[in-house]
Amino acid sequence: MSIKIKALSKSPWVFHVSAASCNNCDIEILDCFTPRFDVERFGVQLIGSVRHADALVVTGVINKKTIPLVKKVYEQASKPCLVIAVGTCSCSQHMFRFGYNVIEPLDKILPVSVYIPGCPPKPEAIILGIVKALGTLKKK
Amino acid sequence: MFFKQLFYYLIFPGFLFASVVGLLAGWVDRKVSARIQYRVGPPWYQNFVDIIKLFGKEIITPPGRAFTFLFAPLMGIVSSTIVASFLGLVLLNSQSIFFADLIIVIYLLTVPAISLIIGASASANPLASIGVSREIKMVLGYELPFILSLAIVIIKAGSLRLADIINYQLLNGSLALSWSGAIGLIVAFLCIQAKLGFVPFDAPEADQEIMCGTLIEYSGLPLAIFRLTRFILLYTLPLFLIIIFLSGDIKLTSLGIKFLLILVAIILVKNTNPRLRIDQAIRFFWKILTPLAVLGVILAFLGK
Ligand code: SF4
Repeated sequence: MSIKIKALSKSPWVFHVSAASCNNCDIEILDCFTPRFDVERFGVQLIGSVRHADALVVTGVINKKTIPLVKKVYEQASKPCLVIAVGTCSCSQHMFRFGYNVIEPLDKILPVSVYIPGCPPKPEAIILGIVKALGTLKKK
Repeated sequence: MFFKQLFYYLIFPGFLFASVVGLLAGWVDRKVSARIQYRVGPPWYQNFVDIIKLFGKEIITPPGRAFTFLFAPLMGIVSSTIVASFLGLVLLNSQSIFFADLIIVIYLLTVPAISLIIGASASANPLASIGVSREIKMVLGYELPFILSLAIVIIKAGSLRLADIINYQLLNGSLALSWSGAIGLIVAFLCIQAKLGFVPFDAPEADQEIMCGTLIEYSGLPLAIFRLTRFILLYTLPLFLIIIFLSGDIKLTSLGIKFLLILVAIILVKNTNPRLRIDQAIRFFWKILTPLAVLGVILAFLGK
């Protein structure tokens, strides 16, 4: 394992892409940064600019309006960049799959490395998912 | 002789030493902040890992402006490294390299902010340009009281050389113990908070509001250099404060204790204050700190 990958797995900076979610998943993501869970212990930081991102955390149903936006955000990130789907919405479109504007699931658009189902997933589940995502990084 | 100079600037007390101490100081910052918020905080090597990781990331440059965009961070890191080596050499040899090196240090300490302004302007991002306009206003705000507070020291010690200032304080005790010196220390301390871009004065970089502002377009290596510059400044500026106001005793242990105290004071101010709007920040610098610094200069003339 090269030192770059090792460093990446020790300090993943996540960028939060909220693509038409109902906001519960977003709140659960923010919960991970509160004193109770404190993911900064593992070097995870929530950052403001996509250019600094090592992982995109995508929440919500990807629909006709948000597909180009999500694609654009992914293109703007500096690679290597993981994509983590948080919430059943972004994993499998949830109950909105028959919606008039819901075309494709997220993994048809971006290379998703980890799915974290749940409506919304618990912070513990999100932390576990991030750990697994970093595991896939090490295997590559 | 040449290699000795190179060693001074690149290894000790220059680039390598300053960045290692700065990165550790950055860890102290994150750890203390975490403890204040009842969190555990990152392990001690976190900042080193962050920098190494950024080295391995893709560099994205704005089309057509790549040179300015990549040149700006170099400017910042070179000038902050030179300041770090100047201060280290003065403490080691207790003699200045230049006549009036205090003036050069004042100039070089402004360059990191200017490099940020140039680099962010080159990125042509609308949020970066908001950050740039705020950074320019911030520089205009804090430079005046900062230089006035240094004028107190120049009047008291009667010299523009860092070595003479240290010798004066070794003979007469720290300047911060006199009335004018204490005022100068308070003013310079708050200006340093702004120079570091820490919280009450971090409007140019407001994470939540304009998404890292000036740094928004930077990625990979140039971002790592900007962060490293910030960390080197986190080592250099408290050391500068110690040399200017508190060098009554420059044994290694007392230097270390003073450095930690100033660092923790900076972190406490950072964690217990909300962000000021840019107009509030400038009002604070011009209407409160500048008159205070002028009072200090007058007291220094009176010999208090
Ligand atoms: S998964 Fe549930 S909580 Fe998350 S965005 Fe969808 S509906 Fe909301």
